[in-house]
Amino acid sequence: MGRSPSDLAIFIGKRLLQLIPVLLGITILTFVFTHISVVNPCAAWYPHQPIGSPITAHCEAMFHQPLQNQYYQYLVNLVHGNWGTSANGAQQVYPVVAADVPATLELVLAALFLMIVIGIPLGVIAAQSSGRWADHFVRIFYLTGWATPTYLGAVVAAIYLGPYLGLPSHGEYSQLVPPFHQWTHMSVVDALLAGNLPWTVDAIRHLILPAAVLAFINMGIATRMTRSSMLEVLPLDYVKSARMKGLSEFWVLYKHALRNALITTTTVLGVTAGGLLSGTVVVESVFDWPGIGQYAYQAIGGGEGIPNFDGAIAVVAVFAIGVVVANLIADVLYGVLDPRVAWR
Amino acid sequence: MAEEGVPAPDAAPSAGGRALGRLGRAARTLWRVLRANPLTLAGFVLVVIIGVAAVVMLVAPHLITPYDPRQLTNAYGVGPDPAHWLGTDSAGYDIFAETMYALPLDLAIAFAITTAAMLGGGALGLIAGYWDRPGSASGALSVVILRITDIFLAFPSLILALAIAVSLGRGTWQLIVAVLATWWPYYTRLVRGETLAVKHLPYITAARAAGVTEGRIVLRHVLRNVLEPVVVYFTLDIGTVLVTLSTIGFVGLGLNYPQTAEWGSMLSYYYAAGIVPEPWTILGPGLAIFITVLAFSLLGDGLRDVLDPRSRRVLAGTGVAGATSAAPASPGGPSGAGA
Repeated sequence: MGRSPSDLAIFIGKRLLQLIPVLLGITILTFVFTHISVVNPCAAWYPHQPIGSPITAHCEAMFHQPLQNQYYQYLVNLVHGNWGTSANGAQQVYPVVAADVPATLELVLAALFLMIVIGIPLGVIAAQSSGRWADHFVRIFYLTGWATPTYLGAVVAAIYLGPYLGLPSHGEYSQLVPPFHQWTHMSVVDALLAGNLPWTVDAIRHLILPAAVLAFINMGIATRMTRSSMLEVLPLDYVKSARMKGLSEFWVLYKHALRNALITTTTVLGVTAGGLLSGTVVVESVFDWPGIGQYAYQAIGGGEGIPNFDGAIAVVAVFAIGVVVANLIADVLYGVLDPRVAWR
Repeated sequence: MAEEGVPAPDAAPSAGGRALGRLGRAARTLWRVLRANPLTLAGFVLVVIIGVAAVVMLVAPHLITPYDPRQLTNAYGVGPDPAHWLGTDSAGYDIFAETMYALPLDLAIAFAITTAAMLGGGALGLIAGYWDRPGSASGALSVVILRITDIFLAFPSLILALAIAVSLGRGTWQLIVAVLATWWPYYTRLVRGETLAVKHLPYITAARAAGVTEGRIVLRHVLRNVLEPVVVYFTLDIGTVLVTLSTIGFVGLGLNYPQTAEWGSMLSYYYAAGIVPEPWTILGPGLAIFITVLAFSLLGDGLRDVLDPRSRRVLAGTGVAGATSAAPASPGGPSGAGA
């Protein structure tokens, strides 16, 4: 119940144990929603298989079993890394998902970086000038992001902003970069690992627009949270005494006040993760980013494709795990930043 | 400001005249809140305009647009001009008319989802929050509700809604069910938290001591004081639902556009048709979503500031740290305790 590293380890271990029922629940929900609502799932799931083919026959045999047996089989397959196949049965789901997740992680982390670097100072400015024009301006800025349909923002950025700024808006690398071994499937990291500086610059340039759109749309949470916790902290005595010491306003705000205000901001990381991950579905499709969001778009049948149910289930599970893990990280970060928190 | 926030939950039976007086008081409170921040006022005005426009589109659409729904004009793929404010597509549909005809439907779907989520999720939250004594049957029920809520909250709601929409197929009801299934847990969490904060306040104890039944305490005294944050969240939430609907539409799981005008499906349709030669085709529905969501967000965000005890102090102009002021999460709660 203290703050030693072993307490932290116990805390994380406990939280991981608590994840098990949540993850089980997630699989049950995805299973139920996808298996119950379709009247004849086999025809819908494998539209390209002739009737009576081994795959459809196997599928139909599965569906004549009681639901709990089906669910058990589903779990066993999941644990063994068999996440099913695409709609025509040609492509395994798991390898694709495994390669796509890092690319999305890279995009989301880049967006998170922009949200922190831009969104938090904006929150400080808004709190500092609460009720005055700068505050209103910041509010309009983050509500504009909030109100922009992800899709519209992405298209405007890709078609108009990209050419105007000279930034690429398609894929991870330009044509000039030859295919090379992807160790991590994160474009910037792989280029760095290959030890090629021009490739790295190219990868970063490709990352800017999609990450900026994703950040802009989700900016509101970081800015708003920072603003309201700054408003709470600013009138406190320790801030006054920092001012009285003769510290410049900049140091008072960004070192002393913000440090405390940020503790609250970290708690919304989990919420942010949900928004960012949801945003990737549209942003990755528009920017042709080879991540899990684009895979989700295709699996769900966007762009007149055929729904790939195994893929859709896998995507839902992966996204849910992402949110759960982000929440765990936020909790741990909260405790690390706030010395009053005892690990329990 | 705290005291005007919620009408005092008086126990005395109110006559018709008192109801009118209460309405007037609520209007005055609303005006004070709106006046505090020009952006909130702007949001309120926009929401009213959008609401009026939606009603006009239902009753007398020709006041706003000369075209009938799904009317093919003689202009094909024309950019914005005085005759066609937002241009036409290559088939001859007037984008402004199509966008406006979609307004009532989009608003209705968003309201239906948000209201149902608020009522259903809120009721569960009230139950889980008020009757949560461990060991009792209702305490067990409360735990079950919370666990299920946790599982739902672990999903990014958009993704789960997409997965459900895939299995349900396309259609208005399918769309509503898919989003609703993922939307209620937020209200459960919110209402439960507020209920927990309110239920140990002295005025609840006083009501119980006075012999008020449990059901009546929950419905008249707890619910009243939980209502305010829920209404604010509701206002903001309509915007979120609209954006989510537009994304579902974009992915191609919304309504069938050329038959039914709905913003998300319009976006999807014109995106598939290729937007580069006629970029204005996505501008209409895109702007409509943007303006509507911005209106509700400006209003909701401003209202939330007023409710938030930390920014409320600043708003009231006292600006004093006074940690003792404004008991959090119980706006105006104790004021009517004298019952």
